[in-house]
Amino acid sequence: MRFRLRKKPPGMGCNELVELVTDYLEGKLPPSDVERFEAHLEECEACATYLEQILQSLAVVGALSEETLPQGAADALLAEFRDWKRARD
Amino acid sequence: MATALPQEETALLMALRDGDEAVFMAVVEAWGPAMLRLARAHVSSQAIAEEVVQEAWVGILRALDGFEGRSSLKTWAFRIVANVAKTRAVKESRSVPFSSATVDGEEGPAVDPDRFQTAGDRYPGHWQTPPEPWPEQRLEAAETRNAALAAIAGLPARQREIITLRDIAGLSAEEACNALAVTETNQRVLLHRARSTVRNALESHFDAAEDR
Repeated sequence: MRFRLRKKPPGMGCNELVELVTDYLEGKLPPSDVERFEAHLEECEACATYLEQILQSLAVVGALSEETLPQGAADALLAEFRDWKRARD
Repeated sequence: MATALPQEETALLMALRDGDEAVFMAVVEAWGPAMLRLARAHVSSQAIAEEVVQEAWVGILRALDGFEGRSSLKTWAFRIVANVAKTRAVKESRSVPFSSATVDGEEGPAVDPDRFQTAGDRYPGHWQTPPEPWPEQRLEAAETRNAALAAIAGLPARQREIITLRDIAGLSAEEACNALAVTETNQRVLLHRARSTVRNALESHFDAAEDR
């Protein structure tokens, strides 16, 4: 099933919106563009999906930080920390 | 048993300077995976990345007493990891030095232009092949995570660094700029490219799975 545009969304082209997503999320879009961006989103289901997918991608990438360090690496770092402590004493 | 990472910078710094092992391990646990990924952006193997992180921590500890807090401790620590990784990469001569990598795939559209309508179509610039919603329940699947990892691994080095610092390590834009010595605008361009590429990769991943 393919999404169909019923009418032309206002403000900006979808191809423009996808290039402004990062500026929008970073709060770096000028206020006039924010208005056009949001007006477009309200009318364009496909672009709303696109933005949602960027946010979902961010969540997937963010979850990579929850991985744990290999035990060997953590142990090696603790050993370095102890060496450092000893050297300062 | 895990000690929480002191949220307050001064408390964290003092505990580390006091040699508090539990706090040190909490820091290693919190920052370590992202540090490894940052290192891995430059060097050819996981083992070397682990060496880089270890060498960086030796440097961080040595310099800790002299740390003046001009940037956050986290920014400073990640900058040291980035520098050690770059030095190691030059030795490995696998990648060009960071500063000379100017263009580095910064150009190119976020989405394949073929997916938009063109001049002869009804609504030029609007979707021809719009994105389909993703299966929510599969976002946390290991394969989805692996697809994201593979996409990040395939990025040009600077994009990989930025997305690692911003979206994995959770640094702010300003902190990432400080850690990598790039301008704010450049940082944002790189982040945009990187995030767009990851989205495209996940889309292909879900499409492929659907066709199976």
